[in-house]
Amino acid sequence: MTTPSGAWSASEMMIVAAARELAGRRVCFVGVGLPNICVNLARRTVAPELELVYEAGVFGAQPARLPLSIGDPTIVTRATAVTSMFELFGYYLQGGLVDVGFLGAAQIDRQANINTTVIGDYAAPKTRLPGSGGACEIALNAKQVFVIMRQSKRSFVEQLDFRTSVGERVAVVVTDLAIFHRLDGELRLDHLHPGVTLEQATAAMGWSPAVARELSETPAPTAEELRLIRQELDPAGVYTK
Amino acid sequence: VNAASKVVSMHDAIAGLVHDGDTVAIEGFTHLISFAAGHEIIRQRRRDLTLARMTPDLVYDQLVAAGCASKLVFSWLGNPGVGSLHAIRRAIEATPPELALEEYSHFGMVCRYTAGAMNLPFFPLRSYTDTDLPKANPLIRPIASPYGDETLYAVPPLRPDVTIIHAQRADAVGNAQVWGLLGCQKEAAFAAERVIVVVEELVEEAVIRADPNRTIVPGLIVNAVVVEPFGAHPSYAQGHYDRDNAFYLEWDRISRDQASLAAWLDEWVYGVSDRAGYIAKLGASRLAALRPAPAPAPPVDYGEYR
Repeated sequence: MTTPSGAWSASEMMIVAAARELAGRRVCFVGVGLPNICVNLARRTVAPELELVYEAGVFGAQPARLPLSIGDPTIVTRATAVTSMFELFGYYLQGGLVDVGFLGAAQIDRQANINTTVIGDYAAPKTRLPGSGGACEIALNAKQVFVIMRQSKRSFVEQLDFRTSVGERVAVVVTDLAIFHRLDGELRLDHLHPGVTLEQATAAMGWSPAVARELSETPAPTAEELRLIRQELDPAGVYTK
Repeated sequence: VNAASKVVSMHDAIAGLVHDGDTVAIEGFTHLISFAAGHEIIRQRRRDLTLARMTPDLVYDQLVAAGCASKLVFSWLGNPGVGSLHAIRRAIEATPPELALEEYSHFGMVCRYTAGAMNLPFFPLRSYTDTDLPKANPLIRPIASPYGDETLYAVPPLRPDVTIIHAQRADAVGNAQVWGLLGCQKEAAFAAERVIVVVEELVEEAVIRADPNRTIVPGLIVNAVVVEPFGAHPSYAQGHYDRDNAFYLEWDRISRDQASLAAWLDEWVYGVSDRAGYIAKLGASRLAALRPAPAPAPPVDYGEYR
């Protein structure tokens, strides 16, 4: 999907909006997939002091290239610390040092509970997904959780097929259409991305959401944000297609 | 020749230490995955293995596709940075499923190895609360704190019959040193009945003793040392070679179809007699392209105390 102007893609808008949420944050635990590009964009823009924590056992990563996975050797070279995974999950995460856990999701519900395990029945799955990884403990032990995911009736569901991670600490959910915040235990639609109508956003979800009284438009990506994504972070378009 | 040397061929290490029905842990988180050992297990046609690994990765997709496994113990099931593990998914999504699952979270798996290494009956952690994971796996159990009102969750020890790790270097008795991501290799090795250490480079004992902070596994718990340069390909060894990401992407295509996967196993696993054959088949230019520019750490001074 491209915007009316065609100047940026919906994925680029989503990545930019999610990266901006990290402004002023200090310690971020980076989940698999889209969070990877968001945190690396944030470190080059709104949050230069951001300490990147990777579950593979790295604190203070300074990746010189966009990591191909969350176990990429580029997160090790010039990091502040490399730890065992016991230490990373035990001392850093469970010890309470992580400000923001940044996760992706396959399904989310109105309370922001997350499914990354299975579509269909657990014992006889229609589609087997990767499972928890560290997500279950990140959702319970980071001070706040940010979620980034594409929005559709299949991903924003009334009833999860499996609850992998709890939504209690989710602060914000950024999609390719909108930004939701969790207030009083439920996701509220607070911002629409440029060119997206309220009808489009609510049609792409499985429940009728609370909507902010003063619904505002997400500021468009800047030329610099787009340059960083296209030239430095994801020149092959892996995340932004 | 060191009389205590445990250096053997991969063939002999697997033949002697990995048996049908064993619980096998080939650990290494994205980094240092012993594909060399995985392929030899496939060539020796082990059956009915319980395969434990936080992230099954391509190595277990290949072992499952080759018919070596009856059960998987894991915490994240994917092709890292690429997508699905198609052979394992086919086995799980079959009716009835062809592979038993025992599923945890990452910290749950780490705590299981830790409990195994420490000879504890369980390990407590702050995970799983209000999730469906304890329902999916009844071995994840709530536990009341003996010192307060809190309810935590406990996981049972994981004691592999054999743990296989890949390291940058070890001496002939198995004192092994690793740098870069450490994963849970140390915990998985100490938890195991038997340990195989596979290395990029065999070094003198003096090299190990010159930098003892880097030793993650002592020879005390190691049964066999196997020297296999590039033995972790297509995963990587920090400072030696990068992940062969082109192969991780290619595996997505190869593994989508059982026939193309079987043809790949025939060519690259059954069709070579050992790892040296695989490496020769890959070719020097492909491997050279994976070599990183150097970024050495300056040495530290341990001091001489007499």
